[in-house]
Amino acid sequence: MSFNYLSTIIFLPVAGAIIIALVPRLSSRQIKYIAALFTLIPLAISLGLFAAFDRSAAMAGQMQFEEFASWIPLINANYHLGVDGLSLPLVVLMSLLGFLAVLLSWKMNLRVREYFAWLLLLETSILGVFTSLDLLLFFIFWEIEIIPMYFLISIWGAGRKEYSAMKYVLYTLFGGALMLAGILSLYFTTGSLNMVEIAQTDLAPLVTSIPLAAIFFLLLAGFAVKLPIIPLHTWLPDAHTDAPTAVSVILAGTLIKMGGYAMIRISIGIFPQAAQDYAPLLLGLAAVNVVYGAAVTLKQTDIKRLIAYSSISHMGFVLLGIFALGEASLVGAGLQMFSHGIITGLLFAVAGIVMHNTGERDISKLGGLARQMPAIAVIFTIAGLGAMGVPTTSGFIAEVTIFLGAFASNVVSGVQIYTIISLLGILLAAAYTLWLLQRVFFGPVLEKFNQVRDADNLEKIYCAIFIALIFLVGLYPMILTDVFRTGIAPIAALFGG
Amino acid sequence: METVIPNELVWLIFLLPILSFAVIALFVRPFLNNPRLSGYISISAIFGSFILSTWVLISLLSAPGHELVIPDFNWLVIDSAINIHLGLMIDSLTAVMLIVVTLVSLMVQLYSQGYMKGDPGYHRYYALLSLFTASMLGLVMVDNLLLMFVFWEMVGLCSYLLIGFWFHRPAAANAAKKAFIVTRIGDFGFLGAILLLLSQTGTLDIAQLHSLALAGVLTGTVLTWAAIGIFLGAIGKSAQFPLHVWLPDAMEGPTPVSALIHAATMVAAGVFLVARMFPLFEHSEVALLTVAIIGGLTAIFAATMGLVMTDIKRVLAYSTISQLGYMMLGLGVGGIAIGIFHLFNHAFFKALLFLGAGSVSHATGTFDMRQMGGLRKVMPWTYATFLIASLSIAGIWPLAGFWSKDEILASSINNQPILFYLAMVTVFMTAFYMFRVVFLTFGGQYRGGSPANHSPRPHESPSVMITPMVVLAVLAVGSGWFNVTGGFSRFLEPSETHVFQGFFGILAHPLPWVSLILAGAGILLAYAIYSARWLSAERIGRLFEPFYVVFSNKYWFDELYENIIARIVLLKGLFAGIKLFDSRFIDRGINAFFIENLVVRRFFSGLKSFDNRGIDGAVNGVADTTVATGRVLRIAQTGQLQLYGMFIILGILAISLALIFFS
Repeated sequence: MSFNYLSTIIFLPVAGAIIIALVPRLSSRQIKYIAALFTLIPLAISLGLFAAFDRSAAMAGQMQFEEFASWIPLINANYHLGVDGLSLPLVVLMSLLGFLAVLLSWKMNLRVREYFAWLLLLETSILGVFTSLDLLLFFIFWEIEIIPMYFLISIWGAGRKEYSAMKYVLYTLFGGALMLAGILSLYFTTGSLNMVEIAQTDLAPLVTSIPLAAIFFLLLAGFAVKLPIIPLHTWLPDAHTDAPTAVSVILAGTLIKMGGYAMIRISIGIFPQAAQDYAPLLLGLAAVNVVYGAAVTLKQTDIKRLIAYSSISHMGFVLLGIFALGEASLVGAGLQMFSHGIITGLLFAVAGIVMHNTGERDISKLGGLARQMPAIAVIFTIAGLGAMGVPTTSGFIAEVTIFLGAFASNVVSGVQIYTIISLLGILLAAAYTLWLLQRVFFGPVLEKFNQVRDADNLEKIYCAIFIALIFLVGLYPMILTDVFRTGIAPIAALFGG
Repeated sequence: METVIPNELVWLIFLLPILSFAVIALFVRPFLNNPRLSGYISISAIFGSFILSTWVLISLLSAPGHELVIPDFNWLVIDSAINIHLGLMIDSLTAVMLIVVTLVSLMVQLYSQGYMKGDPGYHRYYALLSLFTASMLGLVMVDNLLLMFVFWEMVGLCSYLLIGFWFHRPAAANAAKKAFIVTRIGDFGFLGAILLLLSQTGTLDIAQLHSLALAGVLTGTVLTWAAIGIFLGAIGKSAQFPLHVWLPDAMEGPTPVSALIHAATMVAAGVFLVARMFPLFEHSEVALLTVAIIGGLTAIFAATMGLVMTDIKRVLAYSTISQLGYMMLGLGVGGIAIGIFHLFNHAFFKALLFLGAGSVSHATGTFDMRQMGGLRKVMPWTYATFLIASLSIAGIWPLAGFWSKDEILASSINNQPILFYLAMVTVFMTAFYMFRVVFLTFGGQYRGGSPANHSPRPHESPSVMITPMVVLAVLAVGSGWFNVTGGFSRFLEPSETHVFQGFFGILAHPLPWVSLILAGAGILLAYAIYSARWLSAERIGRLFEPFYVVFSNKYWFDELYENIIARIVLLKGLFAGIKLFDSRFIDRGINAFFIENLVVRRFFSGLKSFDNRGIDGAVNGVADTTVATGRVLRIAQTGQLQLYGMFIILGILAISLALIFFS
């Protein structure tokens, strides 16, 4: 029997959480080291899996590192884990951000024990979503995540934190309820909860209690809240803005990617016909996401809120890549999820440092910081370049792959128009990013910030990790595209792509 | 000398400056912090690139078809369509560009040793110059449209960082942002063309696209739209009407950077792009005509604004836009060789003009010509070289500018008579505004320089600045002679049938005489107004007041774009409307009603207190936020959510742990 790598990755963080929560009289320093250790090992293992992952074309569509155990035989629910080319990069991303989130929280001194316990539980639940191959297990991990997130925002957040936390919970529960209905309908139709098995079944001839398209939309609603798709997006700016820095990083970095991941795995993988039928609608929403999100971003005055709204615009690109239904566009969507995770992760991380060190988050009251915080200015600029898709960063390669793939995709008619509209997004992204950089870092030096300190060594180190990854993917994209392809090729093949 | 350059060394041409950037940014700046070393590393790298570029040129002169084939390797392979290889396309066009870019960049970097001495951002300056040059070199060498776009954007990024080099000055930060955003509007077209070409042909390889266009496979509306999209990119980068507005503001960067932007890198990229994709334009009459018309119109349009500017760099900036218009016109009516020949000559004299302007401001502390004057005596070298460059740009025989400008005029007279007449008027204007600069700056009496300047007596610049100017002056005289017998044209276009008349033979035709007379008239008028003062500048100004108002307000394009479109229509109108819609209608309207109301009422109605006390405020959507927050806070404190959560979590944990241990 082989070693259960995936279970180890998933449950080590929560094991750390339990130790932190239960072992008495731990100093806050010890707690931080425990948290770091219990996130570093999963990171190391997931990197090992990434290296060991079989990228050959023969393995396309095959789950690797699979684990299977009977769980609730009565309803045919199983403890079933596995990763393919689609989920593995997201597992790596989450385990990386999980570790970095601990480093980002190194200065946390409020109710340290609870904070790290919740943070580690959060990591476990998101990792569980990306690795579960059983719909019930998937749903449980999907819902658990609400709880740590609620406490992390409402206790350690800022601003209207209780309001934002509650809003987050309500929206996610709303999506989750519809999703559960979708999962149950699917279960009653097929008698199975195995995602791989259902994906290989032709659902059309089966007798369904409600139309397949309805199941498709029930599930999609849950995913749409997470991604988010306009008009279900309004929880995101509040939650991202009021969450503590490390939680914002995880929210933007991986949590919203659950939506994109599930759309590819379930909405498209299981319901290809419905996906193709309703693709024009979703492509339209994608274009709206991109342009509408960017337009609202341009009007923001709060540094974190601006980054939060830019995520909505960037997730529009993901949606475009997904529902263009071409192989390249889907790979692009995967790349964009990964790339946005590290770029926006870094943006939230440095925005957090700026806010922490200056005590100011209103963009109109900041300015000229490039002289007082030179290292932060450079880091912020690099992250900004990624956000606006400048070549050599991962942002460029992801967005251009989506555009090329979507425009050339012949699965959905009219996709070219939505692609061209979405191109406007990179123009608007340049506008809001450069405006942000100019207002915060350039212009005359302000005396009130003379005592502000620059990034310390720990901050420089974790920022350097983000930056190295942004350029690694930007310069050598095949490190990821080869992996994504093995997972996505069989899904794209459903459309003859 | 017969040895053909090895492939590895060709790669080094753009890798050397990239390496220089990396070494300065990652090693010299953080660990050694020795500014002089940064300068030397950067200059050595570009010097190496220049030597290698010369070798490439020599190799190509004897190579079959003037082309080197460099093997490539995979960069981004996703499916049969997206199959991008990193490879080089070294042909005569590339070789010419390599020489221009490396030589001008080398001169600019040498000059900067004096100009930027003591600047606190010295490391950053040289690191960015290296990256800027490398990006431009990569742009002219790659064999694939997508990679070209990569370098294209890198060039834009570097000019953003260099224009905003003195970022603490709001004007510099604004100009940098403006340059990036305006050129990105053009990039929208370029990227659109890339998408179109890939989806229609399945390739982005430039040589393959050429052959598809030549074979008539790539044709019709697709070809036209692709060519127009590419040209839109060129309009942005090469500051053609109506995206010209960024270039005059770009003078906020250090002056040597302006020299580089205006001569060899940023703006040259657009002209190069059209030349590189010329087979596509050649097979689309509409596209080629668009290039010619936009070029011809921009040439005269920009020249009119150059007539009235008082800032020496602004005059030069408008002159660049105008000359770029000539190049586009040359491409549109004559072909690659004619357009690129003007780019080649212009690079040297325009770089020289900017370096001269920098030298003048180094002495006087200002760029305002109204505060200069009389510098001829104290700055003899600067004066002499600036005069040569001015004569060259004015198109005076036998200086460089004459030859390429004459070719453009000769090609347009038959094809596009209207554009030809406009171009002739532009010849007159060019001579006038350049000599207006010469007389205002160097003639008459010194008018005191900048009020803030602490050394009231202007002085000649150090030899490290003068030497590059002298080298460029030699080229501003002689670079045109490469095509006196058509050598330059034959190198670029084997099929060129243009008749070349030789050094003196050209004077046997009427056209050169007409253009020379027009240029001479322009110089004479400038002399009459600004030197001899036979005519009063004020009287003439009053006479042509409506024109003066229009020109000096730059046709109100900045006003239109920045205030009316960007600020009022978009930011205060459309975007503000969307934001309001987002917060009022979507967030506090629909979402508050359906999600918060339905979820809570229907699914969690058991949680009575939750429902009654907490959500009504948020649900009704109009509630004051503080009230709502207070209510939500109370819900959280009732503890029911925690309870709900704890139940779920404990159950799941138990099951999960059990499974791990028993599996």
